[in-house]
Amino acid sequence: MPNSRRIRYFRRFFSPLGILSILSAGAVTGVLIVAGLGLPVRAANPASEEPAGHTVQSHAPPGMEGIQVPPPAFEPGLFPCSACHADMPVDTTPRKLKDMHTEIVLKHGPGMWCLDCHSAKNRDKLHLVDGTLIDFSKLYLLCGQCHGDKLRDWKAGVHGKRTGYWNGQKQYLLCVNCHNPHSPHFKPIKPKPAPVPPRDIQLSQGRTP
Amino acid sequence: MSKKFLSRNGAPGEDSTRPEGGSAVPEQDDAESASRRKFIGTTVLAAGAAMLAGPGSLAIEEFLQRNFHELSKQDLKEIIARLEKQYSTEYGKKVRVGDEPAMPGVLFGYGLDLSRCVGCRRCVYACVAENNQSRDPQIQWIRVLQMDKDKGVDLAHATCYYDPKEVPEEGHFYMPVQCHQCRNPPCVRVCPVKATWQEPDGITVIDYNWCIGCRYCMAACPYGARHFNWGLPHLPSDEMNPETHYLGNRPRPKGVVEKCTFCIQRTRKGRYPACVEICPTGSRKFGNLLDPNSEIRYIMEHKRVFIFKEQLNTQPKFYYFYGV
Repeated sequence: MPNSRRIRYFRRFFSPLGILSILSAGAVTGVLIVAGLGLPVRAANPASEEPAGHTVQSHAPPGMEGIQVPPPAFEPGLFPCSACHADMPVDTTPRKLKDMHTEIVLKHGPGMWCLDCHSAKNRDKLHLVDGTLIDFSKLYLLCGQCHGDKLRDWKAGVHGKRTGYWNGQKQYLLCVNCHNPHSPHFKPIKPKPAPVPPRDIQLSQGRTP
Repeated sequence: MSKKFLSRNGAPGEDSTRPEGGSAVPEQDDAESASRRKFIGTTVLAAGAAMLAGPGSLAIEEFLQRNFHELSKQDLKEIIARLEKQYSTEYGKKVRVGDEPAMPGVLFGYGLDLSRCVGCRRCVYACVAENNQSRDPQIQWIRVLQMDKDKGVDLAHATCYYDPKEVPEEGHFYMPVQCHQCRNPPCVRVCPVKATWQEPDGITVIDYNWCIGCRYCMAACPYGARHFNWGLPHLPSDEMNPETHYLGNRPRPKGVVEKCTFCIQRTRKGRYPACVEICPTGSRKFGNLLDPNSEIRYIMEHKRVFIFKEQLNTQPKFYYFYGV
């Protein structure tokens, strides 16, 4: 993130307009949050950036011990980003990508672009607004900067899905296991068939004795 | 009842206090009277035998089985062994019938996020797969209602037969309804034979071997949560879930009522119900109402919660809430 940009950001955040500005900054960062370079994420592809044998439990945020969080699922061949980006010069000008990652549709509010979330310093990491680098497996910290209410509910097990045991080991999903970070709104899905109305139920089709 | 019935028929001559045929005329011809007695005795015996060995091929143990609450541990063990054998033969796989009791200090509660449900009916079919409902005639324990956003929660403007290409549809919201596991269940009160009751962990269950199929409970339930096996349930062997519970998802016979049990076979082992685990939007929440750290308690303390048909004083443990 260039300095001028960062300064602009923090000015907005701490402007004398007080709470109103913080709210608007929230909206702006909401926009900033999970856009980025490559890495289309798919829940169905549990390929992990972690080495094999790694226990997923370590992803659990503090206060959520005993809860397993799976690693983010990347499309095969995309991670680590540094495999391609290590030797490439970094262009920090916000722009539309033309050569690579064109399949990514960025619909995460206006004015956002890749390096608002993806780090230019370490291509295999994300960064928070204060510049802290974080792993992809901790991306809820990034999303939670704007969507704090969702992060709070997610930690309590109310936002998102919990599976496992209601009185024991639980499993959470990361934000990106359900939401495409580049276009986070849920897409409509096909419903399962409607129930058969009682008038159409044929008793004779039941199992014979 | 059945035992009394049988013993009387087994020794008809011993019933000396009752005049035969209801006649006040003193017995004049002993031979005639005896033959009539014999005739009635044989007929009733034959009818009884036909009943026992008859159409449903009801085992005599099953016919004589007592109410669930009168069963000793040994009785239950034998019944379960019999059922396991019966189901394993019928479905061609090893079927387990559990009888896990309620955990102490647990009262199950359920939360459903109306602001997130998209009406995809994944829960309906996960429930059917988990709980061995009849596929044909179709029985589903969860009914997803589509309602108008303009009208709010209004049953007069709801349908469960919506079938668009994609959900959610513009201007609509979705409200799945299933057993609300009432604290004050009208269905339990009306049962004339005490075949249904509330367990200590708050789950209302049915003993399918005791249910007489009168369907009073279905008339009493304001949520349409009880379903009747009008026909012989058809459950393909490959789709049969062999992990069952006596009071839950074991295969049902024809002519009994069934209902959601919060997946008793799962939740009594600590697992989440099937509908909770399948929901793609995470709208379904489940936990112990007595545990202050459970998700359901968090919801009740932090979210806008309402219960359905509150005015009926059924006091459900099924809470709708708005997560957003």
